[in-house]
Amino acid sequence: MTPIWIAVLGASTTAFLNKFIGHSVPERWLNKPRFMRINTLVPIVLLSALVGVQTFAHKKELVIDQRVAGVGVALVLLKFKAPFPVVVIGAAITSAAIYNWF
Amino acid sequence: MSINNRLDPRRNPVDRTAISVAFTVGLYGAAFGAAGVTAGFSVLQTCLLSLLLFSGASQFAVVGIMGAGGAAISAIATATLLGFRNALYGLQMAPILKVTGIKRVLSAQITIDESTAVATLQNTDADRKRGFYITGIGVYVFWNLFTFLGALGASAIGNPSVWGLDAAVPAAFCGLVWPRLKNKTQFIVSALAISWALILTPLAPAGVPIITTVLLAVIFGWKK
Repeated sequence: MTPIWIAVLGASTTAFLNKFIGHSVPERWLNKPRFMRINTLVPIVLLSALVGVQTFAHKKELVIDQRVAGVGVALVLLKFKAPFPVVVIGAAITSAAIYNWF
Repeated sequence: MSINNRLDPRRNPVDRTAISVAFTVGLYGAAFGAAGVTAGFSVLQTCLLSLLLFSGASQFAVVGIMGAGGAAISAIATATLLGFRNALYGLQMAPILKVTGIKRVLSAQITIDESTAVATLQNTDADRKRGFYITGIGVYVFWNLFTFLGALGASAIGNPSVWGLDAAVPAAFCGLVWPRLKNKTQFIVSALAISWALILTPLAPAGVPIITTVLLAVIFGWKK
């Protein structure tokens, strides 16, 4: 099995377990204040780290290329409360324009 | 009232909300489909993530980390931690849905941000249930349909940079994290996580710079 297949099937299994556990355990097991505070921050740190790496990393090097402009436009669009598809397409058009014309 | 009237979104505000959320969110599936193929996943692998994993942020994390050359274990761990919020949604929904057996399995699979959000906006348990199922099933159908179309579209494209797909993925992550940043501490934690991941990128294997930011969540969440 290739690493991609392992990732697809492994992550799908744990994703389902997450969902099913919530439906099956007593609320008091998970509903603890410290745990809830950490859990609010977990998606923030992971998604932020992904923003950083996907914007600046090229293999193991940090580079500044057309992606930075695309993400910059995405942030401006988010600031002005644009809907998700507009944010993604705005970033893609900006990045493509720079890549193709410079 | 006939069944048709009950399903007509113009006549039922729960249905109207649920269906419009399902369709809009489903459209993002195209961005995921494109991201999967761009990251080197086959159309089948990309579609299986939408069918089986079915949780947007975790799916983007899996293709993002594998595409950057990360180990499968990093991708699985990151996706699992991102998906833990679905367990908390399950806690909220279980007393309202009151289902067992295969119905619980199917309800669990559609327990995601959107279905829980629409459910919690309603005022009665009957409407919460209705909102949960219509949104959950609706997102499932549209998300998978658009994943497939996005994956097909991207496989017709040679170099992803030409179409800006290389920036679409981090932009999608921005769109996923932005609504979660509600106070100053959360902005600071976000900035620290980005810095941490970038500092570690040249030093650690791909995937490690991302999963280790969970330490920041633990440090900042430990005390009130």
